[in-house]
Amino acid sequence: MIKLDRVSKKFGTGVLGLSDVTLSVDKNEFVFLVGPTGSGKTTIFRLLIREILPSEGSVIINDWNIVKLPKEKVPHLRKRIGVVFQDLKLLMDRTIFENVMLPLDVAGIKFEEAKKKADEVLSQVGLIEHKEKFPAQLSGGELQRTAIARALVLSPEILLADEPTGNLDSATSWEIVKLLADINEKGTVVIMATHNTDIVKSMGKRIIVLERGKVVGDDKKKKEDKAESKEKKSEKEKDKEGIEKTEEEKGEKEEE
Amino acid sequence: MKFIKIMMRNIRRSPYQAMAAVLIMMLTFLTVSFFIFLLSGSSKVISFFESKPQVTAFFKNEVKQEEIDNLAKQVQNTGKVASVKFVTKQEALEIYKEQNKDDPLLLDLVTADILPASLEISANRIEDLSGISEALKSSPIVAEVIYQKDIVSTLVIWTGAIRRIGAGLIVVLSTVSIFIMATIIGIKISQKKEDIEIMKLIGASNWYIRWPFIFEGIFYGLVGAFSGWAVAALVLWYSTPFLTYFLRGIPVFPIPITFLLLILAGELLFAIVLSFLSSFMAVLRYLR
Repeated sequence: MIKLDRVSKKFGTGVLGLSDVTLSVDKNEFVFLVGPTGSGKTTIFRLLIREILPSEGSVIINDWNIVKLPKEKVPHLRKRIGVVFQDLKLLMDRTIFENVMLPLDVAGIKFEEAKKKADEVLSQVGLIEHKEKFPAQLSGGELQRTAIARALVLSPEILLADEPTGNLDSATSWEIVKLLADINEKGTVVIMATHNTDIVKSMGKRIIVLERGKVVGDDKKKKEDKAESKEKKSEKEKDKEGIEKTEEEKGEKEEE
Repeated sequence: MKFIKIMMRNIRRSPYQAMAAVLIMMLTFLTVSFFIFLLSGSSKVISFFESKPQVTAFFKNEVKQEEIDNLAKQVQNTGKVASVKFVTKQEALEIYKEQNKDDPLLLDLVTADILPASLEISANRIEDLSGISEALKSSPIVAEVIYQKDIVSTLVIWTGAIRRIGAGLIVVLSTVSIFIMATIIGIKISQKKEDIEIMKLIGASNWYIRWPFIFEGIFYGLVGAFSGWAVAALVLWYSTPFLTYFLRGIPVFPIPITFLLLILAGELLFAIVLSFLSSFMAVLRYLR
């Protein structure tokens, strides 16, 4: 589904955002991207929506090579990836409903159909009663849910959530994570960047750890490595057992 | 429809910039309207003078009718003449009375005897006037010849000058409007930079973002053109009695409403072109 192959990103200032990152995310996966500030979590998200291009390596989403994607196709890509930005990026002079309607409008969906879909998503995130309010009238958790609703409204295949629990209390943070888990259960790939170790540990999902632009830990890789070494071990044991058996058989024949 | 909705919201949220854009367009179209009125009026005045008898030959008192008829035939035979009209002494007195009906003193002093009979001749082409005039002057029965070549040619020169000044002023004002409008739209784009960035990040194409700004420019152009035309038409309507008196005898007024509507249609079309150009310039400059 998503594949980053030996991706490096050096910014104009000379800062290295990512260094030789290789990772892949499969369908229906829920992945936590963890790491300190400046470790490259947001850079990965920006690469995935082609806000920036990698300096080296390739980024592939489904069959699309993001690096080689023509400029006019970028809007199509972005319509297929929902993003909950770290700073939310809500339009402050539009109501919650208008904010959620925006991606549908951009996608050229007819008003009646779009309105139905927006209401549906707003109900899903529990904001239908606040739909006529402006962002300034909502709490932090409600704003996060608005951003999630906007990211979800086009039913994207992938949802990127950049520190969606950043400034929230623990109860609201859990609400948001549960909402993301529900979305993932319905088949959307969710990648969530976070600092919140409690949530990451309790959810039992795949964790990718980044540090200074490098992947320093990946649950999936560990599991794969473990599975691989287990397989090798069992094969060795089988071989050993086989040798022992033939030796025993040889001894029995000699005694006869 | 959705672009128009976005456009209306943009206008509502920055009314002073909208007003500035409309005012500059209005100023341009006010000037355009005034010059169109002026040119149309002056061309009507020229046509009036051109259609009037352009050469008038006054006869000596003792001339016989037969001699006058012969001269009229001679003139007509040149092929340069559109029409010839003989005005008797009595008719001359009637014309004189009509022209001076408000001044009884002047009417008392004049009788038909002291006014000469005349021949009013209009030429096919204004260039032939001087030839006809010379031919008439050489006739022994003619006392005096006057012709309006000077009036017409002066009017033609003036109209040409008005046309050139008007065209120059319209070009300058149109250029200024284009740049001011482009700047206003540019400011609006800059103010919406963050919103535009967000829209792009959620998949908006460049044209989805550009169209509302282009429509906004066209809207300013149309409102400005209509206001400019309306003000000019009101001024014209208000000053019609004075102008009618000033140009008495020359049938310039009343201006038909269909002509005014035709001017409005032309100006609206021109406004669309101007404002499209300016907002297009702005979106290409600020929304690459």
